[in-house]
Amino acid sequence: MSLKDKLVSSYIAFEDHLEDDSPIHELRNEAIKVFETQGFPSKKEEAWKYTSLNALLKNNYSVFPKNERTIELKEVRKYFLHDIDTYKLVFVDGVYSSFLSDTTHDSLDVCLLSSALNKPKYKAVIENYFNKTAVKDSLTSLNTAFAKEGAYIHIPKHKEVEKPIEIINFSTGTEAAILLQPRNLIVVGENAHVQIIERHQSLNENQVLTNSVTEIFAEKRAFVDYYKIQNDAHTASLIDNTYVSQATQSHCRVHTFSFGGKLTRNNLNFYQNGERCDSTLNGITIIEGKQHVDHNTLVHHIAPNCESHQDYKGIFADSSTGVFNGKVYVEKEAQKLDAFQQNNNILVDDKATINSKPQLEIFADDVRCSHGCTIGQLDEDAMFYLQSRGIGKKESRALLMYAFANSVLESVKIPELKARINKLIANKIGVSLGFEL
Amino acid sequence: MSKYTEDDLKKELETKEYEYGFYTDIESDTFPVGLNENIVRAISHKKEEPAWMTEWRLEAFRYWQEMTEPDWANVHYKKPNFQDISYYSAPNKKPKYNSIDEVDPELLETFNKLGISLDEQKKLAGVAVDIVMDSVSVATTFKDTLAEKGIIFCSISEAIKEHPELVKKYIGTVVPQRDNFYAALNSAVFSDGSFCYIPKGVRCPMELSTYFRINQAGTGQFERTLVIADKGSYVSYLEGCTAPSRDENQLHAAVVELIALDDAEIKYSTVQNWFPGNKEGKGGVFNFVTKRGICEKNAKISWTQVETGSAVTWKYPSCILKGDNSIGEFYSIAVTNNFQQADTGTKMVHLGKNTRSTIISKGISAGKSQNSYRGLVQINPRADNARNFSQCDSLLMGNECGAHTFPYIEAKNKTAKIEHEATTSKIGEDQIFYCNQRGIDTEKAIALIVNGFSKEVLNKLPMEFAVEAQKLLEISLEGSVG
Repeated sequence: MSLKDKLVSSYIAFEDHLEDDSPIHELRNEAIKVFETQGFPSKKEEAWKYTSLNALLKNNYSVFPKNERTIELKEVRKYFLHDIDTYKLVFVDGVYSSFLSDTTHDSLDVCLLSSALNKPKYKAVIENYFNKTAVKDSLTSLNTAFAKEGAYIHIPKHKEVEKPIEIINFSTGTEAAILLQPRNLIVVGENAHVQIIERHQSLNENQVLTNSVTEIFAEKRAFVDYYKIQNDAHTASLIDNTYVSQATQSHCRVHTFSFGGKLTRNNLNFYQNGERCDSTLNGITIIEGKQHVDHNTLVHHIAPNCESHQDYKGIFADSSTGVFNGKVYVEKEAQKLDAFQQNNNILVDDKATINSKPQLEIFADDVRCSHGCTIGQLDEDAMFYLQSRGIGKKESRALLMYAFANSVLESVKIPELKARINKLIANKIGVSLGFEL
Repeated sequence: MSKYTEDDLKKELETKEYEYGFYTDIESDTFPVGLNENIVRAISHKKEEPAWMTEWRLEAFRYWQEMTEPDWANVHYKKPNFQDISYYSAPNKKPKYNSIDEVDPELLETFNKLGISLDEQKKLAGVAVDIVMDSVSVATTFKDTLAEKGIIFCSISEAIKEHPELVKKYIGTVVPQRDNFYAALNSAVFSDGSFCYIPKGVRCPMELSTYFRINQAGTGQFERTLVIADKGSYVSYLEGCTAPSRDENQLHAAVVELIALDDAEIKYSTVQNWFPGNKEGKGGVFNFVTKRGICEKNAKISWTQVETGSAVTWKYPSCILKGDNSIGEFYSIAVTNNFQQADTGTKMVHLGKNTRSTIISKGISAGKSQNSYRGLVQINPRADNARNFSQCDSLLMGNECGAHTFPYIEAKNKTAKIEHEATTSKIGEDQIFYCNQRGIDTEKAIALIVNGFSKEVLNKLPMEFAVEAQKLLEISLEGSVG
């Protein structure tokens, strides 16, 4: 039985188990129908031209984990941003772990989607926001059909959240192969500020496929800073679907750091619904071996006087593959726009591959849109200069790579997180510079 | 194409009817509509082709039957019915008009703007002219000079008969029969086209142009061009004409194959100005072209195109950089106005070591048109030290048109250096204001700015073409101000 058939048939059992009267019951039924007709995307689809899921879909994933394993804090402490205080939402094999988490209802809601879906108090929010910005494509629909658990974050008007919120999904590997489908809903009210860090971590060598959907709503003048740390085990794959809906004058920034995992696909979509929005999409990708990272971004400009900035850097070693498929779509009404898209890549080894497709679709005339894409090597003159100053070859390379990625790294606003990412990069390059940038 | 009123359309329809009535009586050398193996055989027979050519066509036809029409391009049109087209009509010897007064005045006006001489105007519009016409005599002297150097320049049907060894060796090597839907169709039914062979070490002394070929008339809608530059040779080839041609064939599916052997260089320039349809977007030519060249060692192929015509354009002149140190270039200006749609660009496939490619594409969209750049730069694992530079700029005029960029960049070699840049903007109000202030009216100012915007590409055109192309840009954008 193929994974698709398995999912469709287990949906019936899944629906039966749910508590009655869930407000999203209808949405689920519609979603599974979409998935049933469309199936998993294949390379024939333009958006999936360079990324094949075939190898992943052969695994016999268990959809509902039977075994449970509790994990000790000391085992996973290193995955948290432990040097500062944060709100935490921790899920183990898709199940909420109250023991590891630190939630709140005090003036803001950092809690679970499952409780938001079932408690009447949240009904209005769910009805207004849930599945409202997500595109109804096959993978998002699959997630919607099975949407049960995930983060629910609601920041009320004028609230500046004083500490970052961490969302961490662990998989413990009690099953040979597991499919996880976390679903996050984040609503940031007018004038509110929030910083969120998301991470997926597999704790052993078993196969994990995560098909995650995150919806972010930024109301008027809201500030959202979102960090995705993708440094998973080499047996874990991630399909991350993120949808950001922005209202007037809101600022949203999503930073994606892809260092680990077997196959990572980021579908990052921004919709600028109000005037004077500002969107930033940044990413650093450093991969090796047979890793595959695919960034598929869309910035949909609907209203005038907006800005968007995309900056993706990639370093590809061994026989890794990188894909950048960025699209800026400008509607007729979105005049006076400033959109910029940049994708720079370095190929370190002969078998590494880059496929880059930066697209512009423009229907408005009074706009400034540009994109740049480069593929190249480290500057030999710069290497020579550094070495002539007595810096070793390895260190020189590392220094140049840091410099290459620096424009993105600079945009990280949480110092502790920046230090952490610095360390991850050092590990990845295999050199520690002995100082922090 | 300004001031196209219903009266003009009416007049045109009237003249067209007349035109048909004029020659169907005399010549009924047109095949029935529809396409099947017999039609393919009949075309081949009609052209007195050898058996291998007939077989080649049939093979293409069989591939074509299994193919479906592509729909990935960013253009929307009503698909032509391929069984509704007549695939062969004998070249027309009869003039369309008896005197120049019968020709559509709008067409004449355009001719005047382009500065075309009266004799040429007559020829282009299909007016009967004296046998001794300038271009004919030019062509004759032309032929002598070429023959002296051993250059073969003739129609492809002639080449099939007279130089079968060359045609057989090279046809379909760059664009195979089954390459794509339209290439397969073209391979099966191509009516005529040009053939050009430059022998070893010869530098062709003049620009070769279809315009000067005597039997240029009636190459039909399925044109096939084959240019072979033997080792160390050079040729510059011009295709098309700046003058607008009012072709009643709606579908054009041409194939152009360029072969540049070791150390050879081919420069291929195109100016395309087919009927783009009227202001309401009615009519116009569908131009679905497959153009590709292959470069052997140290060879160079340079494509330059100015695309202003056709209702729908679907065209990607490509270079396969097979040999080491070979160079591919692509310079393009695509202008769309009213309801025109263009999806054009290039493919640079780097296979050899130290190969280089440059892409400069300028898109200008006005009116309600859609202009897309679609390009591929592919660096294969063995193409060490490959280098590419691409620049795609779009200029938007008015907020009802669209400009789109779809670059595909695939690198599989760590020594590759690729740069891609694209910008989209409109003509600055300050720029126009500056011109106005100096006494240049807005329309002229726009022409000036557009010319400046396209300069990099215009500079690559052969001298004679460049001047005309510049004027053509002005005419194409007429009435798009405001």
